[in-house]
Amino acid sequence: MNIPQDLLYTKTHEWVKIEGNKVKVGITDFAQHEITDVVHVELPEIGRDVKKEHPAAVIESVKSAFDIYAPVSGKIIETNNKVLGSPELVNSSPYEKGYLFAIEFSNEKELGDLLKADDYKKLI
Amino acid sequence: MEKLLNELSSECQPAYGVECDVAINAQVPENLKRSIPLGLPSIAENDLLRHFTNLSRKNYALSTVFYPLGSCTMKYNPLINERIAGNDAFNNVHPYQPIETMQGVLEVMYELEKDLCEVAGMDTFSLQQAAGAHGEFAGLLVIAEYFKSIKQKRRKIIVPDSAHGTNPASAAFAGFEIVPLKSEPDGSVSLDKLKEVLTPEVAAMMLTVPNTLGIFEKSIDEVSKLVHDNGSLLYYDGANLNAVMGIVRPGDMGFDVMHINLHKTFSTPHGGGGPGSGPIGVKSFLEPFLPVPRVEKKKDKYVLNYKKSKSIGKLKAFFGNFPVILKAYAYVKALGGKGLKNVSEQAVLNANYMLAKFKDKVDVPAGDRCMHEFVLSPKTLLKNDIRTIDIAKRLLDYGYYAPTIYFPLIVDEAIMIEPTETESKETLDKFVNVVNKIILEESCQEPQKLKDAPINAPVRRLNEVEAARKPILKWE
Repeated sequence: MNIPQDLLYTKTHEWVKIEGNKVKVGITDFAQHEITDVVHVELPEIGRDVKKEHPAAVIESVKSAFDIYAPVSGKIIETNNKVLGSPELVNSSPYEKGYLFAIEFSNEKELGDLLKADDYKKLI
Repeated sequence: MEKLLNELSSECQPAYGVECDVAINAQVPENLKRSIPLGLPSIAENDLLRHFTNLSRKNYALSTVFYPLGSCTMKYNPLINERIAGNDAFNNVHPYQPIETMQGVLEVMYELEKDLCEVAGMDTFSLQQAAGAHGEFAGLLVIAEYFKSIKQKRRKIIVPDSAHGTNPASAAFAGFEIVPLKSEPDGSVSLDKLKEVLTPEVAAMMLTVPNTLGIFEKSIDEVSKLVHDNGSLLYYDGANLNAVMGIVRPGDMGFDVMHINLHKTFSTPHGGGGPGSGPIGVKSFLEPFLPVPRVEKKKDKYVLNYKKSKSIGKLKAFFGNFPVILKAYAYVKALGGKGLKNVSEQAVLNANYMLAKFKDKVDVPAGDRCMHEFVLSPKTLLKNDIRTIDIAKRLLDYGYYAPTIYFPLIVDEAIMIEPTETESKETLDKFVNVVNKIILEESCQEPQKLKDAPINAPVRRLNEVEAARKPILKWE
C-alpha cells in the first residue's frame, strides 16, 4: 500500500498536501483500493466554503457512493476537473493525477489535527 | 446473448399488418406527416413468441430461484392475489367513472388503510405513493408542511450512516439538509452522538427498526424521548417491517410518520421497476397535511375528498397503484392479525437459523442473534484478492440470485441475507452450504473460478465499470 511520507492524512482516508496557504486533497491508495473502480466524481464549486470534516465532494464507485470530507476548513480555490471526464485517474494515480481539489485554509491550527504517514498506516 | 428485436427484424417476414381504417391523411398538415418509415421490427409471430420466451428463461426470478436479497423482503407472492387483481370487476374500472359506480374500489382502499393503522399503530394512512422512496418523500413533505404551519424553521434531517441510501436522498429532494449520524458497530443509535446533533433546527430523525444489520434498536424509547423533547419528529422507514408485525408497532414506539413497502412486507411483486406501493402512515396531528384525495366514508357511501386546505397536494395519478393496493388487501385479509404475526415470527426464525449455521465459520459483525436479516463480513477469510463481488457472481453459477452486497456501508465486504418466512429449511440448508463452500473452499483452492464467475449464467461477468463510465443507453 502506497502511503507517501511527505503527505498528511485523515481518519476518513483523504490525503493532504500543504502548499503555502493552501492544501491539495485527494483520497489515499488504500481508499481507492477499498472503494474499487471509480465511475463518477462530483467536485465542489470553486469559491465554496467548506468546514473541516464536512462533506466536500462525492465519489461513486461500482460499490457505492462515498462522501469525501474536507480535511480542514476554508475555501475551495481549485478543482481537478480532469477526474470528471476520467474518473479512473482516482484509481490509477490517487496522489497525482487523481487529486480532487485544493482548499485555501482559514485556520492553520487545524493542520495539527491531521495524521502523519506512520499514524495513518497504523490506522489501516 | 439473445438478439434484440431490431436485430431479428427481416424485411421479407412481416409478422403484423395494420391498416389504418380512418382517413386521417387529409387532416394531417404536411409538415407534421412522417417522412421516414416508422422502423418497427418485422418478425414472424412464432419467432416473436420464442424471443420473449427465451428472454424470460434467462431471468433469475423469485419464481425460479431462491432470492435472499437483504433488505428487499423477496417473499413468495401468492398467486391468488394475482387472480383477484385480474378480476374483471376491478380490472375494468376506470378512474374517471362516477364515484357511485366504484364503491368497491374505494372500500378496498378504506379498509386497507384501517388495517395498516392496526398493524403499524398509526392513526391514518395515505395509499397514494408509488414506492418506498416516494413514501419517504411524501412523509418528509408532510413534516416540512407541519413545521411551516406552526411557524418553525427546521431545515435539518438526521439520518444514521447505516440507513438506506434513499433516506438522505429523499430528505435532500424534499429540500432538507442532511445531518449524518455515526452508528454503533451493530448499526444502532449512539445516544451521546444523537444528543450532539439534536439542534433546534432538526425537523426529524429517520430511523429503520430493526436496523440494516438486522438488530432491533434497544434504546428506541430513549431515542424517541430525546427527539421529541427537542421538538423534532421521528420517521420510521418501514423497509424492515417484516420483522416486527404483530409484535411491536412503530406508532407505539413513538414514531410520528412512516412508510410501508407493500411490495416487501405485504407480498406484492417487486423488482424490475415496479410497480410498487409505499403508503405513509401518520399520527392524527399530521393528517391535515396528507396528499389528496383522501378516501372517506360518509354514512354508507365512500367518497374522495380533494378539499384539504393544508394538504401537500397530489403525488400520483388517480389513487396510486391500485392493483398493488388490492393485492396487499388480499394478503392482509387472507392472513389476518394472527397470520401476520406468524409471518414475522417465521421470518425472524429463518434468519436466525441461517445465522446460527454461519456464525462459527464467517464473521458476523452484529453478533449471533438477529431479526429478519443479517450481515456477513467474509473479509478476513478472503485471500487471493477475492472480494464479496466475486462470491456474489459465483452464487449465480449455483442457481441463486445473489444477496445484497456492500450494504450497509459500515460493514466491510458486506453480504446481507434476508431469507423471508416463505423459504423451506431445505432451501436454507442448501444455500448456507453453497456460500460456505465458496468462501471457505473455492476462494482458496480455485480463486480464478471466482474471478471468472459467472460461468454457467446466460451471460458471463458484465463489465460494470465500463457500463457506469460509458453507458450505451439506446440501440444503435
